[in-house]
Amino acid sequence: MTERFMVTQAPVLIDSRTEEADGVVTLRFDWDAPASPGQFIMVWMPGVDEVPMSLSYLGDHKGITVKNVGEATKALTSLQVGDRIIVRGPYGRGYHVPKGKILAVGGGTGMASLLPAMERITATSVDTAIGARTEKELLFEERSKKTSSNVRVSTDDGSKGFHGNAVQLAKEMMSATKYDMVLGCGPEKMLFFLHKLCLENGIPCQMSLERYMKCGGGLCGSCAIDGKRVCREGPVFTGEELKDMKEFGRQRRDECGGRLRL
Amino acid sequence: MISLKVDLAGVEMENPTMLASGIMGETGGSLLAMAKGGAGALVTKSIGSVPRQGHKNPTLVELEFGYMNAMGLPNPGIEAFGEEMFEASKAGIPIVGSVFGSSAEEFASLARRMQEYGAEAVELNLSCPHAKGYGMEMGIDPDVVANIIREVKKAVVVPVFAKLTPNTHRLIDVAKAAEEAGADAIVAINTLKAMRIDVDARMPVLSNRYGGLSGPAVRGVGVRCVYELYEALKIPVIGVGGIEDWRSALEYMMAGAVAVQIGSGVGRVGPQVFGDVCSGISAYMADNGFRDITQLVGVAHD
Repeated sequence: MTERFMVTQAPVLIDSRTEEADGVVTLRFDWDAPASPGQFIMVWMPGVDEVPMSLSYLGDHKGITVKNVGEATKALTSLQVGDRIIVRGPYGRGYHVPKGKILAVGGGTGMASLLPAMERITATSVDTAIGARTEKELLFEERSKKTSSNVRVSTDDGSKGFHGNAVQLAKEMMSATKYDMVLGCGPEKMLFFLHKLCLENGIPCQMSLERYMKCGGGLCGSCAIDGKRVCREGPVFTGEELKDMKEFGRQRRDECGGRLRL
Repeated sequence: MISLKVDLAGVEMENPTMLASGIMGETGGSLLAMAKGGAGALVTKSIGSVPRQGHKNPTLVELEFGYMNAMGLPNPGIEAFGEEMFEASKAGIPIVGSVFGSSAEEFASLARRMQEYGAEAVELNLSCPHAKGYGMEMGIDPDVVANIIREVKKAVVVPVFAKLTPNTHRLIDVAKAAEEAGADAIVAINTLKAMRIDVDARMPVLSNRYGGLSGPAVRGVGVRCVYELYEALKIPVIGVGGIEDWRSALEYMMAGAVAVQIGSGVGRVGPQVFGDVCSGISAYMADNGFRDITQLVGVAHD
C-alpha cells in the first residue's frame, strides 16, 4: 500500500472573531478533521485567494490567527461571524511534543502555531518567551499564562517587559534554567539566531518555517527550502535539519521561484 | 544480475523512472531531492523566456484518485534557471530541460539555453492544458508541432522529446508529425483538461477555472495512448500518467514505453516512489525470469 496523506476539504462557518492585537484577528469554526500541533491548513475565500494558515486552535472547534499584511490576509481579517470559508488539510509535519523542560519562543504571530503544542504539556514544564515590536502588537500573553507557568515578554521598543528581542530574552532565560528542548516560531531572522543560540548551548530545537506556497499539497515545489517541502517535510524542522540547510535564514523564493535574499 | 538500464534516444539512465515535469522541478535543491528518491533522470519544471508567477490560488484540488491543478506555468525564467541547473547537475543523473514557448523560435532559443546549461535532452511542453497561448493550444496542430520540432532540432544537438496532450482525437497525427520533423521521443500523456465546481461556493475551485487532471484517475487513458503510439511510431515513447507503484510502471512499459515519468506519485507516495518502483520491478523480473528491463517493453502487443 502506498502511504497517503488523508486530506479533507470542507466549508466551515465562522462562529467567533476575536481581535487579539493590532491588526491580528482569531477566527474560530467547527471542523472535526484530525490535526496535530504545528500543522497548517489552506484557507480559500472564493473569489479572493487561497492561503496557508497555521492552526492556532486544535480539537473540533479549530481556529486560525491572522495578521493583516496583504490582500488575502486583509480579506481574512475582515471576515465576520456567520461568514463561510473553505478549508483543506491539515497539512505538514508539526511539532514533536517532547518530554522534559521546554522553552517556547514566539515572535510576531509565531505564538499562534506554538500554543497548541504548549497546551499538550503541563504548565510547569514549559516556559515561554513572547517577542513583539511593541506592546500593542503583543500576542497571546494571557492564553500563554494558562498553559505555561513562566511567561516572559520582550518588546523591541521596551514598551513592555524585557527591552530587546525574543532571542536576547531566550538567552537570558537559558542562563537561569536548563531546557531540554526549544520550540520556535516567528520571523526567520529571529529563528536563525535562536537556532544559533540553541546550537551554542547544546539544546535540541524545533522551528516552524514559512515560504511562499502555491499548492500546499506537496507537488509544485514552490515552498522548497534546500529541496525540502515546507508543506510536507515541514513546516516544523528540527535543529539538526536546519543545520544542514544553506537557505535557512539566508534565502527565500518569489512567486516565480526566483531567489531572494532574506 | 538484473539490469534496469535504459538507453532513451541516447540518454543513458540507470533505471527507467524519471521525474515528470511540473513536480518539484523548479529549484536545484528539489531536483536533487528527487534524485535521492531514486529517479533515473529528472525533467525540470517547464521554463519560459521570462519569470512568470502562474495562476493565483487555488491552483490545486486533491481528489481521491488524483489531483486537478492549474499552476499556470510559474517559473523563474531561463536566465535565472541556470543556477538551478548547475545545482541539479550535482545529482550525477541526466537532467532533461523542459521548455515552453509561444513560437518555434522561442522554443528553439530556450532549448539552446537548456543545452548550454548541461541538459542531456530537452522536452518541449506542447501540452499544458491551462496556460493561454502555450502548451496544448499549439500542441493539437500537427503542422505547428512539426514546425516547432524542426526549429528546435536545428538549434540543439541533444535529443528532443515532445510531450503531447491527450486532449485531442489527433494524438497519433500530432505524434507522427513530430516524428517526421525529427523528434527523438514522444512523452505521453500530459494532464486531461478538467474542472471542479464547489457546490458551497457555487463556482469553479481553480482560479483559472480549467485545470489538468492527473494521477491514477488518468492512468487508463495514458496506457491506451502509449499503446497506440507504440504501434504507430518508430521513435521511443515515454509513458506518464498515474504511475505510483511498480505495477502501474510496468503497465506502461508493457504498452510500449521505454521509460516512465512520475509526477503526482511524488505527492501521493513521496520522493521515494522512484526507488520503490525500481525495487518492485526488479522483484517482478527475478520472479519471472527476466534479466533486462528492455525485454518487457511492448510485450502486451501481439
